[in-house]
Amino acid sequence: MTNITPTGTNDTGLSSIRWAVSDVLTLARRDLLALFRIPTAIVFAMIQPIMFVLLFRYVFGGVIRVPGGQYVNYLIPGILVQTVIFGAVGTAIGLAEDLQRGLIERFKALPMARMAVLGGRTIADMFRNVMVLVIITAVGFAVGFRPHGGFLHYIAACLIMLLFAYCLSWGFAFIGLVAPNSEAAQAMTFPLIFPMVFASVIFVPLQGLPWWLRGFAHNQPISQTAIAVRGLMNGTAIGNSAWVSLAWALGLIAFLAPLAVNRFRKVA
Amino acid sequence: MEAVNIVRTFNDGKFRALDDVTLRVPTGQVFGLLGPNGSGKTTMVRILSTVLNPSEGHATVGGFDVVKQPGHVRRVIGLAGQFAAVDENLTGFENLRMVGFLNHMEKSRAITRSRELLIEFGLHEFSNKLAKTYSGGMRRRLDLAAALVADPPILFLDEPTTGLDPQSRQDLWAIIEGLVEGGTTVLLTTQYLEEADRLCKQLVVLDHGKIIAEGTSAELKSQLGNTVLVLTFNSTTDAQRAIGLIADLSSKPPNEEGTVLELTVNRGPASAADALRRIDAAGIILMGLQLREPSLDDVFLNLTGHKTDEDRLEEAPLDRRVKRTAKA
Repeated sequence: MTNITPTGTNDTGLSSIRWAVSDVLTLARRDLLALFRIPTAIVFAMIQPIMFVLLFRYVFGGVIRVPGGQYVNYLIPGILVQTVIFGAVGTAIGLAEDLQRGLIERFKALPMARMAVLGGRTIADMFRNVMVLVIITAVGFAVGFRPHGGFLHYIAACLIMLLFAYCLSWGFAFIGLVAPNSEAAQAMTFPLIFPMVFASVIFVPLQGLPWWLRGFAHNQPISQTAIAVRGLMNGTAIGNSAWVSLAWALGLIAFLAPLAVNRFRKVA
Repeated sequence: MEAVNIVRTFNDGKFRALDDVTLRVPTGQVFGLLGPNGSGKTTMVRILSTVLNPSEGHATVGGFDVVKQPGHVRRVIGLAGQFAAVDENLTGFENLRMVGFLNHMEKSRAITRSRELLIEFGLHEFSNKLAKTYSGGMRRRLDLAAALVADPPILFLDEPTTGLDPQSRQDLWAIIEGLVEGGTTVLLTTQYLEEADRLCKQLVVLDHGKIIAEGTSAELKSQLGNTVLVLTFNSTTDAQRAIGLIADLSSKPPNEEGTVLELTVNRGPASAADALRRIDAAGIILMGLQLREPSLDDVFLNLTGHKTDEDRLEEAPLDRRVKRTAKA
């Protein structure tokens, strides 16, 4: 067969970076469009955290004692962290669905950046998390949440947890590409997420946990993120928790992103 | 496009999906890969379209090596996979435009090309409807349109008509023929002998990852016999008696399943008339007589002596056998 000269741009150096960015944005836009077109998906994503807010604020909250302040101010930052982390499950489900429907196969045969499908998906999911943060913050205010840390600290807290959740979502991208279908992908994420979210200081202060769990519960990355977020929002001391969270985030993405991209190359 | 000694294993080498397959696909025509589910057709398409790497062997598409120059290959190919891979939550137009952008076409070009294709494929009035509202045939057309956005000179179509109704199938065939007239090279996989016969100049038949026959459609047909004669009797005893009477009408022994005999014959209606005369003369009551075109099962029975595996048959579409009533 005779050679065919490839048409289009020569993807080297700068232009290849420019195209990679363009590919990521194209795919992120696709995922966001889908998000807005299935309003039920957003509603369901919101129901769970709102139920948690109501449950802990009005049912369990009465018996949980937190040092120096209102439980609601302790609770809402925790719920925010929990919700953005649960949001990463969506990354796994979305990729598993794309794989099931043959879309990944189509994307792999296109002359686009290899990491664009994963980059687009994780970025779209981060935008969804931004929306979630806004809504849960509003719900929090409605049930009496009064953060005293100031606006800029609030934003800093949001950025810390968004970054942590974003880095973690690359691990969930890997799960989505390993799972045989989207239901399995969802099921596979729970055993990973539940112990991390509940054996933590998200809902209950350290003193409320059994002694043998405290070491883990205090030092694990989700707790450290929650401590940083809560301290910044409420204007209390955060120690080095923000740096610990940041270090975990960068460590996670350095390990998880190559894992997910490598899996993407192999999967069909 | 060619593939030389391709081997692809899965599960750490335990399963050989492709076992030493060599193909040479001439430019500007439809080349067919025929085989049942699990025979390795899709794996071959995935290797040639750079979706999967081969375990052994090498392949070039448009003159580019699929492993060493995948980026170049991707710029000269279009792939329409098995599942009508369209994004259900995007409109028809958005689906095509997205593929255009991902092909790194200029924005305005991607948009005009998407509109052109929607008109060409009769989807214009549904351009702004979400793909999830499309019928099966419309999805397939959109999927094929997506593979054509960048005007690739080489096209991979993996079972493009599986699950389609006869009218949609005819429509898609006409589109594919039009593309080939325009100079496109097409590698098509199919489970339908009829489809391979209609579209493909040259064919390869795959079974368990190996090539078991190749040649033009006419060559394969003459190997197979043109028609299958299906006779149904009242009882297995009658069927057994009839075997002796009609066996010489075919070069192959009849396939018997209970009260039904199937015989591959070359003379179609004339052979049917012969069979009818002999059976009648012997006083055996015939419950049914049918002539049909050979199905993939018949091909396999003829080429390998075994039917396509039972577990695979379950996955296969129900309308695989194209039936035709005898008008002899």
